[in-house]
Amino acid sequence: MTIPDPASRLDREVIAMRVAREFRDGDVVNLGIGIPTLCSDFVPPGVQLLYHSESGVLNCGPLADEADGDIDLINAGGQFLQAVPGMSFFDSAEAFAMIRGGHIDLTVLGALQVSARGDLANWFLPSRGVGNVGGAMDLAVGAKRVIVAMEHSDREGDSKIVSECTFPLTAMRCVSLIVTDVAVFEVTGRNRGLWLIEVAPGWDADAVGSVTAADFAVSDELKEIELL
Amino acid sequence: MPIDKTVPTFEEAVADIPDGATVFIGGFGGAGGMPHRLMLALRDLGSKSLTIAGNTAGIAVPTGFGWPAGEEPIDHAILVENGQIAKVIASFPVSGSVSRKNAFELAFERGEIELEVVPQGTLVERMRAAGAGIPAFYTPTGAGTDLAAGKETREFDGIECVLETALRADFALIRGAVADRLGNITYSGTSRSFNVAMAAAAEITISEVDEIVEPGEIDPERVDTPAIYVDRVVARGAQGKGSR
Repeated sequence: MTIPDPASRLDREVIAMRVAREFRDGDVVNLGIGIPTLCSDFVPPGVQLLYHSESGVLNCGPLADEADGDIDLINAGGQFLQAVPGMSFFDSAEAFAMIRGGHIDLTVLGALQVSARGDLANWFLPSRGVGNVGGAMDLAVGAKRVIVAMEHSDREGDSKIVSECTFPLTAMRCVSLIVTDVAVFEVTGRNRGLWLIEVAPGWDADAVGSVTAADFAVSDELKEIELL
Repeated sequence: MPIDKTVPTFEEAVADIPDGATVFIGGFGGAGGMPHRLMLALRDLGSKSLTIAGNTAGIAVPTGFGWPAGEEPIDHAILVENGQIAKVIASFPVSGSVSRKNAFELAFERGEIELEVVPQGTLVERMRAAGAGIPAFYTPTGAGTDLAAGKETREFDGIECVLETALRADFALIRGAVADRLGNITYSGTSRSFNVAMAAAAEITISEVDEIVEPGEIDPERVDTPAIYVDRVVARGAQGKGSR
């Protein structure tokens, strides 16, 4: 049964804008590919972050112009970076020691599915039969806080928030906040469950429930997604 | 006799890589830090049934990952398409784009190449461990996932961890910026990547570099890979720092 959406879904930039509100001054942040990368465009005023990349650089700055690309200065997505003051370089073993060692305050990752317990599946699409794990498993277990930024439904219209992941897992019980184009959930509590805290304009808890394949509790202070 | 690890040509540098060897291929996935001239020489040598290990199995050709616009990338596809690869060990084996498959994925679909996917941090740590004489280590990465299937696990402080073993190779093909003839190497920027761990974890480590200088010309404070890990160095000559 498909119920029409009560209002339009947020675009990718707005998801990124909402995630960026979680950034705190001085955080070491690792952004995944896709919507997570967009978050760097919306860092709140007065907040300075140190961006970490698995390619082996801390304090990575903005992307370089195509013509100025230096093959020895890339981010984890293979894009060329501008050289900025205060960068440091290191090899892959150290890049991942930083991740597993708990030195990354926050990572923002995309997802194929997230379970109600905060299990994450984001590396293997069964229909393809082969996948890239990259640094996703290390980030999911190593970062102090894991935020998922994704569209609420997949291309077939199925909920990406599920009671149990059916796609191969990246890590168990690792996600603490889910920001989608219709809602924001915290994953909290001793038994880890979903807690709906914000909805997109024009949406309410029932409408979110109709597009979500997992049970969730609704905050007494449920509000519209705030961007400022 | 003065130590001189310089080899004049790429062809000579890889000449003893036999069929069935395990070969590390350095870099992260883009042009920087990837030993293209050594890879081309290995292609020309034609050794078969190789196991190659590294971050990717060739993602630059389909997507331009880490390559300057307008330049045609070279990646692992030259070895795959030449039928030299039996097995790939990588964290990011296929193109990030489902619609632009790399040569490896096509060969994998045909059942021609075996694949072992390893989380990126575990992959490089397995190399680091091999180079440092650590036979195995526990890591929380991958616990409870398909990539831990069949592996020993143990809880530390309430966190499930997976036992991972050291990963060695017969040969490491890496790329640095500057070497001296003793084999000391420096890298530039993000091109350290897998090269540092690989250099220490192979029986024979061969480095392609932009430039070879006399001992003393590299500031000892700036040596990234000390000569102890390096067996052969080859200069890129006219290609220098270029991508190809």
